[in-house]
Amino acid sequence: MLAVQNAHVEFRVAQTKKWPWSPAGVVHAVNGVSFDLEPGQTIGIVGESGCGKSTLIRSVAGLTPLASGTVTLDGERVQYDNRASMQRLRATMQMIFQDPIASLNPRMTIREIVTEPLSFFRPEMHIDKRKAAALAMLERVGIPPAQANRFPHEFSGGQCQRIGIARSLVAEPKVLLCDEPVSALDVSVQAQVVNLLKELQREMGLALVFVAHDLGVVRHISDEVLVMYMGAQMERAPAADLVRAPKHPYAQALLSAVPIPDPTVRIAPQMLEGDLPSPMELPPGCLFASRCPHAMTKCANAKPPMLHRDGHEAACFLLEDTPEELDASLEHH
Amino acid sequence: MLSVENLHIRFRTGDGMVHAVNDVSFSVDTSSRMAVVGESGSGKSQIALAVMGLLAKNAEVDGRILWNGQDLLAASPREMNRIRAQEIGIIFQDPMSSLNPYMTIERQLTEIVEHHEGMSRRDARARALEVMDAVRIPDAKTRLRAYPHEFSGGMRQRIVIAMALMCRPSLILADEPTTALDVTVQAQIMQLLQDVQSDLGTSVVLITHDLGVVAGFCEDVLVLYGGRIMETARTDTLFDRPSHPYTRGLLRAVPNIEDPSDTLIAIPGSPPNQHRFPQACPFAPRCTDAVDTCRETLPQLRDGRACLRPIEELT
Amino acid sequence: MIGAVKRRLNSAAFADERAGEMVASRSFWADAGRRFLRNRMAVFSVGMLSVLILFAIVGNLFSRWSFEEIDWNVLGRIKEDGGPSLENGHWFGVDELGRDLYARVVQGTRTSLLVGFIAGPVSVLLGATLGALAGYYGGRFDRTVLGAYTIWLAIPYIIFFVVWQAFFGRSMSQMILVIILVNWTAGLLLVRGQVMMLKNREFVDAARMLGMSDFAIIFRHLAPNVLWVVVIYTSLVIPEVIMMESLVSFLGVGIQEPNTSLGALLSEGASTMTFGTLWQLGFPAAVFVLAQVSLFYIGDGLRDALDPKER
Repeated sequence: MLAVQNAHVEFRVAQTKKWPWSPAGVVHAVNGVSFDLEPGQTIGIVGESGCGKSTLIRSVAGLTPLASGTVTLDGERVQYDNRASMQRLRATMQMIFQDPIASLNPRMTIREIVTEPLSFFRPEMHIDKRKAAALAMLERVGIPPAQANRFPHEFSGGQCQRIGIARSLVAEPKVLLCDEPVSALDVSVQAQVVNLLKELQREMGLALVFVAHDLGVVRHISDEVLVMYMGAQMERAPAADLVRAPKHPYAQALLSAVPIPDPTVRIAPQMLEGDLPSPMELPPGCLFASRCPHAMTKCANAKPPMLHRDGHEAACFLLEDTPEELDASLEHH
Repeated sequence: MLSVENLHIRFRTGDGMVHAVNDVSFSVDTSSRMAVVGESGSGKSQIALAVMGLLAKNAEVDGRILWNGQDLLAASPREMNRIRAQEIGIIFQDPMSSLNPYMTIERQLTEIVEHHEGMSRRDARARALEVMDAVRIPDAKTRLRAYPHEFSGGMRQRIVIAMALMCRPSLILADEPTTALDVTVQAQIMQLLQDVQSDLGTSVVLITHDLGVVAGFCEDVLVLYGGRIMETARTDTLFDRPSHPYTRGLLRAVPNIEDPSDTLIAIPGSPPNQHRFPQACPFAPRCTDAVDTCRETLPQLRDGRACLRPIEELT
Repeated sequence: MIGAVKRRLNSAAFADERAGEMVASRSFWADAGRRFLRNRMAVFSVGMLSVLILFAIVGNLFSRWSFEEIDWNVLGRIKEDGGPSLENGHWFGVDELGRDLYARVVQGTRTSLLVGFIAGPVSVLLGATLGALAGYYGGRFDRTVLGAYTIWLAIPYIIFFVVWQAFFGRSMSQMILVIILVNWTAGLLLVRGQVMMLKNREFVDAARMLGMSDFAIIFRHLAPNVLWVVVIYTSLVIPEVIMMESLVSFLGVGIQEPNTSLGALLSEGASTMTFGTLWQLGFPAAVFVLAQVSLFYIGDGLRDALDPKER
């Protein structure tokens, strides 16, 4: 359905320039991430703030230019500079955003907001049909159609996110990119939205890309989880396996720090020492080497290859040598 | 030590009165770790601000906040300043809101003690080094001369904790101290707060929405909804046998990474409208156990729970 | 499920049923209107300004003299006979050339209000459009616009008036044109800042996800969100423009005689003040102050009604 191959994203930053004519600095935001996704499946992308997870899906959506790498959607390679190809992409792939209120235009009624995509993706549809479709979609996500003439500020955060979901799904795309869709919501409402997404996924056969920093939510909704650090892919594995036995030292550190809502469980968070490398001058080796408790000399000099072990895919030299032993010694929780 | 009695906080706004906190009473003991848990609009942060005397100007406050017997709501601004500087420390969600970007860390740390305790520059500096060590900031000597922007978010939050510790307060109010931080940093900060609490005997009131953090840190929990206390209990009891439908709902709605079979059971509906003082249980409109009396009578807190239904009859 | 939904929404009954249930909601502008109406002073000022506008349009009907006609009966004895009088029809007296001051104040008010209400909004529109484009696109275009803005602010505008009028004459349309040109910076920075803030809101990303063009995003999604800034700013610029026109007329580079404006009348009135013909200053000044004060209160009311921070 969706395949991303070796995606890179770079930003030019003018602030670091000494003179107006000196070249702009380059921040390497995403450094080679690949994943693929089948209909009805969910991939979760996790990592800490600034790890490039949002940038990655924004570039897949075409909101930020990809520096290199390919995106294949529905068997067709996406050409980001071609208008027709982009319009096909947008009809197939839509996005929901982090801030439910900022993602709705405050001067439009929610009916206008949810009807708008249809005028782009279903221009042949009669205007009354479009309106009716928007109302049906609103009803489906739990917003009473009688309230469709209201403005976004008259709804709560959770309702606004439902409206955002209605807008993204009204033209029936096949892939939905979710950029931290529940992190601005309260716990009780967060569960409503996650459940709604799961239901809609089942009904419409949607493929979801779910970016979040909350591992609990990601674990709950995802089939597969991809862990990012400094814009690079550290590990990718089925959600349950990743949570049970992460292979990459970064994934292990990340998971060990997740708080557990159960006072009988004592977590033993691994403390990461050391500094992050500058995203403007990336080290030649593993990006995590400077903070990795298991770092070896070669980690600083060479990029570890993506290795496959027991259904996991991790970029770490440790797996190369003694995978079984590593599993045993790093069992945690 | 701290005792809040029948606290009401209302805000006059352009859209009418907002009842943020309605009749809340609780007390904090010496050297304890308590959590105030609630979602947005539960009034949890307003309680902290009221204790610190930092409420917005359009707030109206009723009730009493007793600090070692003295009513803080009646204290003079001068007295409040002294208490804020020497006895109660506060940590906010955004560390930058507590730090002055144009002052070195050293100056920000020492200013308070020099001003309020008449400490000499040298003693204040020694104290600053001490608290920097206490919050595990490596290379404290050189980093004292740095400015806030030279630190990462986690380090800044440590500095804010250091600032709160400078005057050796007997109570620290931590208002969502880790919400803006990544999980790995959050774990470090929570560990730090725990160490500080046990080493110095300071009481900590943790104000948060995150039940995971509460479970790992606190001894007692107070659950707020719609500006009212729903339930108070020891942490173990609350997580093991929650007695209020809201607490139960909240616990079921939290995704637990450890639990493989988890299905999230959401609480239906939206947060309450706070334009009217609650005449009935504020949670009743969303409660699956609610009966007619719940929508007509305001339940009072009895035996640690404010619910009209007997525990045995809850689902 | 989706199939069922589709069948349902394709039925005409569904659309009708829904339309019936729809609850009308208050839009931002309806709300703002309500708030504006609550502001007594602003509403009173709207009334006052309407009276002034009416005065400028139909004031002539009540005049026995035209604004350029010289009353030879009073010329030479202006101090004694030229004052306000009901008998000879000079309601406001005459000016120092013996022309009817009432007719001239009507004409001057018309000029000043026309300049204000045409040049003000047009220059804000110009500045706002440039500001919106600069804010949205950023980069080199933004830097160029900002550079031009900075340089422009450094040029004293009086010089511009003098030079322009030396080439193109001193008609009213030239006056409006030159004021628009001088004021193209009005509202530029404000709208630029708003757009820079709004373009990072996620609803703009959502619009881009529909394949909407930049032009459509700016005018369909961003413009309605900065309109309140533009409205407030326009209400501030109109009195400013009237003031500017008055100032240049006062300095003698304004409208060509015998046409006049409030500023030119003030200037004449001020220069003859010492001869004891105070009415020549008093009437234009009263109208000028009335116009400025009511415009100020209207602007104030609009700000209170529209600024979201006030709520």
